[in-house]
Amino acid sequence: MKFCKDFIVVKNETITPTLYILRLQYPQTLPEIKPGQFVEVLVEGEKEAFLRRPISIHDVDKEKNQIALLVQVVGKGTAQLSNIKEGEKLNLIFPLGNGFTIIGNKVLLIGGGCGAAPLLYLLRVLKQQNIQSDILIGCKDINHLFSKTEYQELSNLHVTTEDGSFGEKGFVTAHPILKEDFDTIYCCGPTPMMKAVSDYAKKRNIPCYVSLEHKMACGFGVCLCCVAETNQGNKRTCVTGPIFLSTDLKDF
Amino acid sequence: MNTTQHLEVKINNMLLRNPVMTASGTFGYGYDFEDFLSLDSLGGIIVKGTTGTERQGNPYPRMAETPSGMLNAVGLQNKGVDYFCNKIYPKLKDKKTNVIVNVSGSTIEEYVEVATKINSLENIPAIELNISCPNVKEGGMAFGTSKEMAFRVVSAVRKAYGKTLIVKLSPNVTNIVEIAKASEDAGADALSLINTLLGMAVDAEKREPLLSTITGGLSGPAVKPVALRCVWQVAKQTKLPLIGIGGIINAQDAIEFILVGATAIQVGTANFINPSITEEIVKGMEEYLQRHNIKHISDIRGII
Repeated sequence: MKFCKDFIVVKNETITPTLYILRLQYPQTLPEIKPGQFVEVLVEGEKEAFLRRPISIHDVDKEKNQIALLVQVVGKGTAQLSNIKEGEKLNLIFPLGNGFTIIGNKVLLIGGGCGAAPLLYLLRVLKQQNIQSDILIGCKDINHLFSKTEYQELSNLHVTTEDGSFGEKGFVTAHPILKEDFDTIYCCGPTPMMKAVSDYAKKRNIPCYVSLEHKMACGFGVCLCCVAETNQGNKRTCVTGPIFLSTDLKDF
Repeated sequence: MNTTQHLEVKINNMLLRNPVMTASGTFGYGYDFEDFLSLDSLGGIIVKGTTGTERQGNPYPRMAETPSGMLNAVGLQNKGVDYFCNKIYPKLKDKKTNVIVNVSGSTIEEYVEVATKINSLENIPAIELNISCPNVKEGGMAFGTSKEMAFRVVSAVRKAYGKTLIVKLSPNVTNIVEIAKASEDAGADALSLINTLLGMAVDAEKREPLLSTITGGLSGPAVKPVALRCVWQVAKQTKLPLIGIGGIINAQDAIEFILVGATAIQVGTANFINPSITEEIVKGMEEYLQRHNIKHISDIRGII
């Protein structure tokens, strides 16, 4: 079941000048939300942002009926959204997409930049299910590392930064944690990074789930704009995805 | 008289409880919207364009957002008419709204084949013949931009299809009235207009087009003035009932189309932004009639 409802902004936290975490209060009991699912946000007051913005769910607090969204400013719509104040309403269509398939006893999560957004809630659910995890985050520098405390509470955090300001210097694919054995890899981030990780996983014969960020008009399966080319033909990223097994994708 | 009767309209012999329908390609097969509204509250739903055989559509990217609108280049991705008849129709046949199939093809034979198969489905009261899709290489818009071709395809389908035949017109023509008249002469029962406007979008930084197909179909509020003009022109020159389409996002927009001559309207792109918008438009149209003390929606039809 999908819903189209107003949330109330309880916190708008600035991470960097172009990266925000919005904490949103749902006035009722939240429906079940799976890690890896996303919302479609209605941005008001910006003529050039005509469509909703698809944004992945960063975290869910079931007790408080709150969700957190990580918003990166990439255009006029997300710029307008980043200005939203505490107490204001935000209309969302949610929860959308398939979510991660949780499988294995020892898993590795790899996130790049703001693309890592869905991994925090995944860690929370993995922890509840007593699945052992490591998380490897690749980012520009220490200022772009968000939700560090939460990652450390829930998992073993490994970091690579481009400038070496935190963790290892370089890209995630060179990090020594990759040499360990894992049952499953979950990867979210820029496409070149997801492709590199999926190549690595293929060589090691580890199933690798990736999260695609395709442009979409509706987010709930009717516009057919967001298709991904899979081994079974064109599939809607918003319904069959956004999480795909990398070996099912033609481009990967 | 209850409020619903104020909005009841007829397209040929098809009764609509209100003039609000959904545009093909923006509403899936309807059931994707049932979390958000009751299909039975709508005048009708026009389901996704259906072709003779399965089509994969165009490569990604297929969509670009533009000021007050969007471009799409989906290219009629669908599983074909047999899949529709066997797998989708059973899920739709008991809906208490008019379920109309948008029929597409690359050749006259394909249009006729699809129409013939849909004709045998008891609870589909009408088809909408898509002679105006700008996103396929063959057929589609080619049939809708020449009066001779429009006449040929509509005549052929008319012979094969016994129920209400709606022809969807393209705005990408010099004279839309010519195509409307050719469709009327060929036996169409109603016209729906407009399909999307051919457009394109470019990424200046990357120096490349935003769509894989370079060009695509523009929809959304950006096209409403063009759509109103087309409906107004055609309304003056044909006797057929018209279904107005193009950038309708609220009841006010819907009323504007009625004023220039439309009997009913279709809501398209707005469904993506507010999935219960069609129900809200029905309510808004009722309120408009009450506010202006108008007995029936047909009293203001075509008064401009």
